[in-house]
Amino acid sequence: MAKTPVKIDIRTSPYIRKAPTVSQIMRNVVYALLPLAAYSIYQFGISALVLMLATILSCLATEALFNKLADKKSTLTDFSAVITGLLLAMTLPPGFPLWMAAVAGFTAIAMGKTLFGGLGFNPFNPALVGRAFIQAAFPVSITTWTPALASNRFIEFIPSTLAVPFMKPAATAEWSTQVSIDGFTGATPLALMKFQGIFTDSSDLFLGLVAGSTGETSSLLILICGSYLIFKKMLDWRIPVAVIIGTLLTSEVFYLIDSSHYPSPAFMLFSGGLMFAAVFMASDMVASPVTPLGIFIFGCLIGFLTVIIRLFGGLTEAVMYAILFANAATPLIESYTQPRIYGARKTKS
Amino acid sequence: MNLLKFFGKKTFSHGIHPEEYKTETNTKATRRLPFAPEIIVPLAQSIGKPAKAIVYKGQHVTRGEMIAAADGFMSVPIHAPVTGTVITIDKLPVAKGGKAPAIAIKTSLDSGQVIVDSGIQQDYLQMSRQDLIKAVQNIGMVGLGGASFPTHVKMSIPEGCSIHTVLVNGCECEPFLTTDHRVMLEKIEVLLLGLRIAMKCVDAPKAIIGIENNKRDVLEAIKAYLPADQSITIEAIDTKYPQGAEKMLATALLDIEIPSRALPSEMGLAIFNVATLAQIGELLPKGQGLIERIITITGDDLEKAGNYLAPIGTPLQYILDYAGFTGEEAEVILGGPMMGIAAHSLDVPIVKGTGAILVLDSRATKRDDILPCIKCTQCLQACPIHLNPSEMGQLAAKRQYDVMETDYHLNDCFECGACSYVCPSNIPLVQYFRIAKTLNRERHLQNG
Repeated sequence: MAKTPVKIDIRTSPYIRKAPTVSQIMRNVVYALLPLAAYSIYQFGISALVLMLATILSCLATEALFNKLADKKSTLTDFSAVITGLLLAMTLPPGFPLWMAAVAGFTAIAMGKTLFGGLGFNPFNPALVGRAFIQAAFPVSITTWTPALASNRFIEFIPSTLAVPFMKPAATAEWSTQVSIDGFTGATPLALMKFQGIFTDSSDLFLGLVAGSTGETSSLLILICGSYLIFKKMLDWRIPVAVIIGTLLTSEVFYLIDSSHYPSPAFMLFSGGLMFAAVFMASDMVASPVTPLGIFIFGCLIGFLTVIIRLFGGLTEAVMYAILFANAATPLIESYTQPRIYGARKTKS
Repeated sequence: MNLLKFFGKKTFSHGIHPEEYKTETNTKATRRLPFAPEIIVPLAQSIGKPAKAIVYKGQHVTRGEMIAAADGFMSVPIHAPVTGTVITIDKLPVAKGGKAPAIAIKTSLDSGQVIVDSGIQQDYLQMSRQDLIKAVQNIGMVGLGGASFPTHVKMSIPEGCSIHTVLVNGCECEPFLTTDHRVMLEKIEVLLLGLRIAMKCVDAPKAIIGIENNKRDVLEAIKAYLPADQSITIEAIDTKYPQGAEKMLATALLDIEIPSRALPSEMGLAIFNVATLAQIGELLPKGQGLIERIITITGDDLEKAGNYLAPIGTPLQYILDYAGFTGEEAEVILGGPMMGIAAHSLDVPIVKGTGAILVLDSRATKRDDILPCIKCTQCLQACPIHLNPSEMGQLAAKRQYDVMETDYHLNDCFECGACSYVCPSNIPLVQYFRIAKTLNRERHLQNG
């Protein structure tokens, strides 16, 4: 029998592995965000579109810049910077000046991600780091809301969108009342609750027929998009569920104490960016715990902090801070919640 | 776990569902592999001490004759797989890497290869437990499921333990492998005889044969042979990797959790692989040594993939040639794709614990970049021991091997590879853990 000359290859087991890869997961998250992006363009017009493009490009450019500075292989193909950009845009007011959005994108990737070592090493959700920065830097612009479904939204930019860098953006209040279909007040449901004691109907919130951030308004659509990722096993369902549980329980307690003064749990759940944050922000894999019990505590903590900040804090952007705090607590939570291993012997009782 | 039980599922928690790739060979009846012109028999084929060669260079040996004797209790003898002449006793390439002492035999192709008559006729019913266990050692039996633990040592139950159930492991959860499947279809009578011998050795009143539910044909075939008194039963459990691990099998069949670093005997269990029992049933009555075993030869670019009864010591090159390997570059694995060993040379022989020769081509050459851990928790949800591979992987990258052991239960990892399999960042987790364990062991040795 003639010997076949065979080149052999050596590795250690296992020799087979399962898709998906990191970039496949990230790409699917982008797919899941696309319907939300489309809906926000439908609601807010071309301003929302250019806003998203601005943050994505800014994030990609920053990532490329830091790759070059650190002499690293390009990491743009893993799609994580695209996600950061998209997530960031979703949390901004639709008429947010583009140059500020670019600053936000830069901060998100630079301060939130690359300085810590890039993908996999960010202690906080990078998009929220960017948003927290501009929340402090541009407090007026980030709380200036324009109405959804404005009549001229597909042909005209919201006046503030094209603000010249380092100049004060144009006022939008007058414009808003002109284009609005039903007497726009410029206040989001949470602001109405906080500063005027008016509770918006939960079903309007659920469908997203209210003023708010670019991609956060429709809880229904967010849940559908999230379900797609959960179905593909690319999103950990335990995190959104825990956030929702934490929010419902905490707000229920206050609602029971005084239902005329405190909003209902349903309002809490469907207002502001909570649903979006629960599904897409809190679930940032890198900045959340890996242990089963830790994941549950992490989610509940976000829900709890959100309600507390909303009810007693000075501002309405509660979810963002709640998630950042919970991100900070992640290592601590993990160290106390290591799983019980199979066959662990009972400790000395 | 309770939730799984609630839905009436017989399984363990976590684990993975890799593609099975078994249809290529699972319907092919076992055929005999011809004798290779040269056979290499390593002296260390089991856990414990290597056997001591009792033949000399140039000596003629007859098939089945003992050529290396057991060196103490934690050792088993080795018998000649072929009739032929000893050409060398030296360090030769072995599967685990490098070279190790082995006996090379030149096969006499015209000798007829008749197995030597041991002159032994033994009926297990007439024998004492001690004699039976000694007889199991004398035939050179080791666990054929892959671990190669000396079977007679496993049968010697420690003082103070009593065995209530023998579990028979017919899961064969590794993809590609079909040897146990064929044994359970073709060797039912000797399998049950071997099981009765094992039950007597460990003094167990009952036994359960556990198979994965992807082998329904086995379920029906074996049921016809089972005794009416329910002392031996068979159960189909969920098809999931690593169901064939002892701990996972005990949990799935009896909901018994074997404590960390304990032997199954502590929980009243003794667990044997089906191929091991079938060989005991076949060899022990005649006092013959273990000289051949069924292996699955499968994978890419093979013309004659199938299940073969192969003499122990057959070199891989001979097997590839016989099976008609048509490729040019490949990874040749002894065992399954999850826990097998990639051969570093085709001169390496198969040993008692080798259940398969798996040839992988395209998959083997493709290597993705390793990305940072994104904490997706896939590995935590795959680990059957509920470890935290994500955290351990990061510790390994920082070379904090001691912390992995003291705080993250490194030594409870039995290296099933489920974590590496699911990792989207392509991190070689289980490979890191093996390195960590080895380095820890060396450090402990240095520190006394």
